[in-house]
Amino acid sequence: MLGLNSRDLKLFLLVVAMTMLAPILLNPFPADSALGESFNAGYPALLQRFVIFGLLVIGFNILFGLTGYLSFGHAAFLGVGSYAAVWMFKLLSYNVIPAIILSVIVAGIFSVVIGYVALRRSGIYFSILTLAFAQMMYAIAYSDLVGKFLGTIVTNGETGLQVYADDPQILASPGDPVLPHLFGLEMNAQTVLAVGGWEFTFQFGYYLSALVMLAGFYLSIRIFRSPFGMMLRAIKSNQTRMSYTGLDTKPYMLAAFVISGCYAGLAGGLMSSMDPLTGGERMFWTASGEIVVMSILGGVGTLIGPVLGAGLIKYLENIISKINDGILHQWFAFMPDWLDNLLVTIIHPFVGKGWHLTLGLLFMAVVIFLPGGLMQLGEKIAALFGRKTKSDDDAKTGATEPAE
Amino acid sequence: MDVILVQILNGLDKGAAYALIALGLTLIFGTLGVVNFAHGALFMIGAFCAVTMQRFLNLSQTVIDETQTDFLGNPLKVEVPYVQSWFGEAAGAAIQDWSVPLSILLVIPVMLFVGWAMERGLIKHFYKRPHADQILVTFGLAIVIGEIIKAFYGANPIQTPMPSAFIGTIDLGTWLGMDPGAVAYPMWRMVYFFFAAAVIAAVFAFLQFTTFGMVVRAGMADRETVGMLGIDIDKRFTLMFGLAACVAGLAGMMYAPILSPHYNIGMDFLVLSFVVVVVGGMGSLPGAVLAGFVLGILQSFASMNEVKAILPGIDQIIIYLVAIIILLTRPRGLMGRKGVMEE
Repeated sequence: MLGLNSRDLKLFLLVVAMTMLAPILLNPFPADSALGESFNAGYPALLQRFVIFGLLVIGFNILFGLTGYLSFGHAAFLGVGSYAAVWMFKLLSYNVIPAIILSVIVAGIFSVVIGYVALRRSGIYFSILTLAFAQMMYAIAYSDLVGKFLGTIVTNGETGLQVYADDPQILASPGDPVLPHLFGLEMNAQTVLAVGGWEFTFQFGYYLSALVMLAGFYLSIRIFRSPFGMMLRAIKSNQTRMSYTGLDTKPYMLAAFVISGCYAGLAGGLMSSMDPLTGGERMFWTASGEIVVMSILGGVGTLIGPVLGAGLIKYLENIISKINDGILHQWFAFMPDWLDNLLVTIIHPFVGKGWHLTLGLLFMAVVIFLPGGLMQLGEKIAALFGRKTKSDDDAKTGATEPAE
Repeated sequence: MDVILVQILNGLDKGAAYALIALGLTLIFGTLGVVNFAHGALFMIGAFCAVTMQRFLNLSQTVIDETQTDFLGNPLKVEVPYVQSWFGEAAGAAIQDWSVPLSILLVIPVMLFVGWAMERGLIKHFYKRPHADQILVTFGLAIVIGEIIKAFYGANPIQTPMPSAFIGTIDLGTWLGMDPGAVAYPMWRMVYFFFAAAVIAAVFAFLQFTTFGMVVRAGMADRETVGMLGIDIDKRFTLMFGLAACVAGLAGMMYAPILSPHYNIGMDFLVLSFVVVVVGGMGSLPGAVLAGFVLGILQSFASMNEVKAILPGIDQIIIYLVAIIILLTRPRGLMGRKGVMEE
C-alpha cells in the first residue's frame, strides 16, 4: 500500500498514529498533579516543536544519513525559510500557504548555490565550508547587511523580523484574523478536552505541522527505498569507486543537498507560521550543532531515529530545565535528610540551567558507546531479551565497510 | 601609509591569536590525524587559568591594624591579601599586578595535564573511527567543558586587568619618523604579538632542532615506519597533544585582558580558527601561522570606516568569503600538501 513494503508501512502507520494521538499520549498524568506539571509534554507549543524539529532532522538525515556528508551549517536554511515566510506575511497576508511555499523555494535556491560550492570538497572540508557559509549568513542576517546595503530593511537585524500593522498585506481582507491562519482557520485555534483530572489540548497549528511532517516522512521513506537513495548510499560507502565506474556523483549529491535544504526551509516556514517572528539566532552555528546532535542521538541513517532524537532532546530540554532544587527536595523527601541533601547537591549541576551539561554528556556518551544512537540501543536491548529481531538494514548500512 | 600601517598592526594581535590556535589544531591533526573541535575550549581554559590566578592572588585575610582606627575609635580591620603579608606590601602588590603573565606558571601544567587526559581518556579511542565521529565527540566535549566552566565562573565575562605597566599605548609613528600620534598602538597588543611570535618560534624550534622534534616530524611523515624502528611514537604524540593544548592555553591566557573571558569565548575563536586552518592548508604548520596573520590583518582592513562605507558589515564576513574563495581556487589551501584528508 502507498508504494511501501509491509515493514515500512507498519512504521509509517505507527508514526501517523503517534503524531495524531500525541496530545493524549504525552499527557499521561493529571494536569494539576506534581508529576503532570513536571513530565507532561502534551501541550501545543512543545508538540509543535517536536514535529517541526522532526521534519528538520528528517531532511538532514537524507543528506548526512544517506551520503555521509556532515553539514555543520544546516540551520542557515531553516533561517532563510523563516525569513521568507515572515516576508510573505508582511507582503501578502497571514495565510500560511504562500508563506510555506515561498520558504521552501527560497531555501531551495540558497541550497543550490551553497551546495554547488560546498560539494566541490568532501569530508572535513565540506563540514567547514557549510559552517563558513552558515556563519556568513548569520552575520549578514544578524546585522541586516543586505538591508544596509540596499538602504532598507531585509532581516531587521537584532530586533528580528516581524509583521507590523502598516505592512501592505495586499491579499488580506478586512475580516481576516491578525495571526497566521489557513483560509481563516487560526493556527492557535484549539479545543480542550477535559476527562477527569486530565486535560488534552488539540491545536490546529500542531495538526497542520504534523500533517506536513508526515508528508515529509513519507517522502523520506520513498527516497530511502528508491534507486536514488541507493545511489546516495553507494556514494557514502565509496565515492571514488563510483567515479571510477564512470558515474558523475555530483548531481546526486547536489540533489540530496537541495532536498535536505528544502526540508529545512519547510521547517523554518512552519516555525514562522506558528509564531510570526524570526531572528538571526536561528542560523547561528549552535543551532546547526543542535540539528547534528539530534540526528546522532536518535540514530543517523535510520528512518525514524532522527525524529526520536529530536523529540527526546526537545522533551528533555523542556523537562530538565524546569527542575530546580525545590522540586528535587520534594522527590527525595522520603529519604533521610543527609541523603536528600547529598543527592540534590550531586544532581544540582545537571538540571535547570545546567541542562546543556547533561546534553553534552549524553551526546558524548552516545557518540562513544552507541554510534548508531537510540535505534542501536533499542536493537541491543531487544537482542538482550533474546527476541529474534529482523536485522534493520538501515542501521546496518551505516556500519558497512566497503569491501576491498 | 600610516593608515595602512595602523590596520596591519591592528590585525596583528587577533591574527596572532588565530595563528596560535590554528597552530595547535594543525599539530594535533598532523600528529594524531584527529580533527579537534574542542580546541576552542582549551583556549578558554587558558583564559580562565588567568582568571583563577588573579582570584588566587587576591585571596585576603582580615588583619587588625593597630595604627589606624575607625570612626568609633576601635582598631581598624583591613583586608590584606596573603601575598602582601608573605612578600611584603610592595612586592605583593607587584605580584598581584602581574597576575596575568604569572599565570603562565598555572597554565602550562594545567594544559599539559588537560591535553594528556583528553588524549589518553577520550581521543585515543577515536583514531580508527571516521573523522565525522571525531568531530562529533570533540564537539560534545567542547559543550561539556564550556558548561563546567559556566557552572564554576558564571555566564558573565570576567574582567582580567593587564599589568599596569602595559596600560596605555606606544607611539610607534615617532620611531618610524612619522608625526607623533599618527600610529598609536595599545601596548598590551604589542606584548601579545611578541609573545605569540615567541611561542610560535619556540614550537618550530622544538620540532626542528631537538631529537624529540625530529622523531615527531618523522612520525608525522610515516608513522608506521617510525614505529617499526622501535620508537614508541604514541607516547610522543600524546605529548604533542599536550603541547598543542599548551599553545592554545597560552594564547587564551594572554588574550584575557583584551577580551574578558566568558564560557563561550572558545567557540567564537574556534569557528574562525578552523577556517584559518583550512585556508592555510590542512596539516601545514607554516600555512596555519601564515593564514592566521593574513586573515587577522584582512579582517582589520575590512573594519576600516572607508571600506565599511562601501560595503557595510564586510568585516564580519570577510574571513568566510576569503575562505570560500581560497577553497574553490586552491582546494588544498595556501600551503597544503597533497593527500591530506582527501580520501
